[in-house]
Amino acid sequence: MNLAQLGLVEQSIFVFAALALLLSFLLLFQGRLTAMVHVFAWQGFLLALLTATVASVEHSHHLFLSAALTLMLKGLMIPWMLHRLIRKLHLERHQERLQHQALVMMAGAGLVIFSYWVVLPIARLELANTRNIVALSLAIVQLGMLLMVARRQVVAQVIGFMSMENGLFLAAVAATYGMPLVVELGIAFDVLVAAILFGVFFFHIRDSIESLDVDQLTQLSEEER
Amino acid sequence: MEALYITLALPVCGALLFALVRDARLASTLNLFISAASFVSTLWLAIQVLSHGSMHSTHFLVDPFNIYLLVLTTLVGMTTAIFSRPYMQHVCAEGRCSIHRMRLYHSMYQAFMFTMLLALSTNNLGVLWVSVEGATLATVLLVSLYRTPEAVEAAWKYFILCGVGIAQALFGTVLLYFAAQHVLSSPEEGLNWMILYQHASSLNPTVMGIAFVFLLVGYGTKVGLVPMHQWLPDAHSEGPTPMSAVLSGLLLNVALYAVVRIKILTDGALVQSPHPQMAGHLLMGFGLISFLVAGLFLHRQRDIKRMFSYSSIEHMGLATFAFGIGGPLATFGALLHMLVHSLTKSAIFVTVGHATHIAGTQRIEQIRGLIRTQPEVGWGLLLGVAAIAGFPPFGLFTSEFLLLTATMQSWPWLTVSLLLGLGIAFAGLFRHLHPMVYGKAPQGQQAVRVNMVPVALHLLLVLWLGLAIPDFLSNWLNLAATLISGKGLL
Repeated sequence: MNLAQLGLVEQSIFVFAALALLLSFLLLFQGRLTAMVHVFAWQGFLLALLTATVASVEHSHHLFLSAALTLMLKGLMIPWMLHRLIRKLHLERHQERLQHQALVMMAGAGLVIFSYWVVLPIARLELANTRNIVALSLAIVQLGMLLMVARRQVVAQVIGFMSMENGLFLAAVAATYGMPLVVELGIAFDVLVAAILFGVFFFHIRDSIESLDVDQLTQLSEEER
Repeated sequence: MEALYITLALPVCGALLFALVRDARLASTLNLFISAASFVSTLWLAIQVLSHGSMHSTHFLVDPFNIYLLVLTTLVGMTTAIFSRPYMQHVCAEGRCSIHRMRLYHSMYQAFMFTMLLALSTNNLGVLWVSVEGATLATVLLVSLYRTPEAVEAAWKYFILCGVGIAQALFGTVLLYFAAQHVLSSPEEGLNWMILYQHASSLNPTVMGIAFVFLLVGYGTKVGLVPMHQWLPDAHSEGPTPMSAVLSGLLLNVALYAVVRIKILTDGALVQSPHPQMAGHLLMGFGLISFLVAGLFLHRQRDIKRMFSYSSIEHMGLATFAFGIGGPLATFGALLHMLVHSLTKSAIFVTVGHATHIAGTQRIEQIRGLIRTQPEVGWGLLLGVAAIAGFPPFGLFTSEFLLLTATMQSWPWLTVSLLLGLGIAFAGLFRHLHPMVYGKAPQGQQAVRVNMVPVALHLLLVLWLGLAIPDFLSNWLNLAATLISGKGLL
């Protein structure tokens, strides 16, 4: 596939998806929570833009709706909620010391290659240009998981969780022009409820272990109890 | 179909209603009534299915495979509600949980029932995903209901692990939709299970293979398959006991149901490919590992609820393994196993709930002499564990016997590991059970107010299924086995 042969619209879709992946790497790298929330908001914004582009090509009303929903939910509402929580928990200046930073970034690059490898058999089917986007979205999902593994701070873990959700949304929009409307609304509802519950949990965790570091959550294990 | 709509509407109304009812006593009574009404309406649905056969519309699907699970779900929901009423009052009296949190408890109990019923009856694989995720969201605050550090940790683990796991399932669902779009004339129907089933053979095998792996990992996390099982013992042991009963009895079944529905499609798509048994082999692998690992873990448990949650992993592993073998006999056995396991396990959790109230702790070494202090609890636990360990004449003996026979037919050398696993699990359960039931009761241990009706009902049903499976049920299971494995048994 040659990028230059594609139309302007396809090219811009690729650029948006690639930028979203880049933002995932930024999330992985960023130690300050408020900055992470901003990066996450930008990712949501890019996804909304991408969805709107696809919608205008496909003349699909329901994709426009889901673009608006994404913008509202992931670009504005969830970042706003996270900001408020960070202020309430007095974490504005919280800066996490990232451990094994180089290693994590290398692992991230490895995951991107892995995603391309997983999607390789689909590419052989020559089903349009979807291969790249499916691989990119899988990479965003994997990077979200890596972020959750690498970070010890609960708010950072939640941002990782939400960026995984972004990757899934990208897969749905790019590969299949969005899921059926019922499903999309259902997913949006679940994401919203999850975001609210996470907020509740921050306070529970802080009240029970007086910290927001998951390394302190070690009561339950198979070791001698 | 009206019966189904009523079944689905009842828990929704309940969830909304309980958000408003402040009186915990009234709410627990109403909870019981709503659960009983749901049970009656699924019975009505079952009678309709009996007389008219399976039915499906654009959004819903009721066939022999899910009707028995629907009835089972509302039955366990009802009996657990019977148990939960005095149990939660006791908990509140102990001061472990404030009265106003009971509002959350009852509301989420019904919300959880709704997600289970929706997941079982929906015809849309996307809605299936949404409701399985919804089940996590509904139960996560219940796991942390007591707000102890352990409970909060368990809930966080549950939330994160299941969230991440279920995200993989959504990716698989997207891939499946992607495969469907290249086959179906109207892509909007690409998640409709019935339509996908009719077109299964033309779905692209490569895409379906990859999608199945993601879906298996995703829903497998909720089934509690090793190595994605880490959340399960924690969530079961730290949450309120009625929650453990419904999680073990219902949620795991529904997740396995989702995996099997996907497997049917994958098998259809892979018929012509070089690896037609890929889905089955993956299930066998995951199932066998879960079965063996959980059996070993039973031995080193110190918490009674934790121990029985490992037993749930073990049994779900066995059922997964059997679905993996495929073939009518193994599938029939697995379907029966899902039914009897869930009845027995919820009965055990109810008994365990009473036992922990008697002993005042969940630690196995401090629970002693149940049969002296309160014979009905001691006998309940003894019989329940005998049933779960697969003693005849209980139903689990029947299903495990069928599974062993099926294994001997198709994978004879794996029978050894199955027998070994059953032996290990048996030993693991009984070494802990014996002192708990017969040991010397500590001084001053007193009987508590118990309601053993749910336990007796479940164990009698399991006994009945072990002695004689009623015609209509064997017919349903046979039809479901035909749907899943392509051939009938009877």
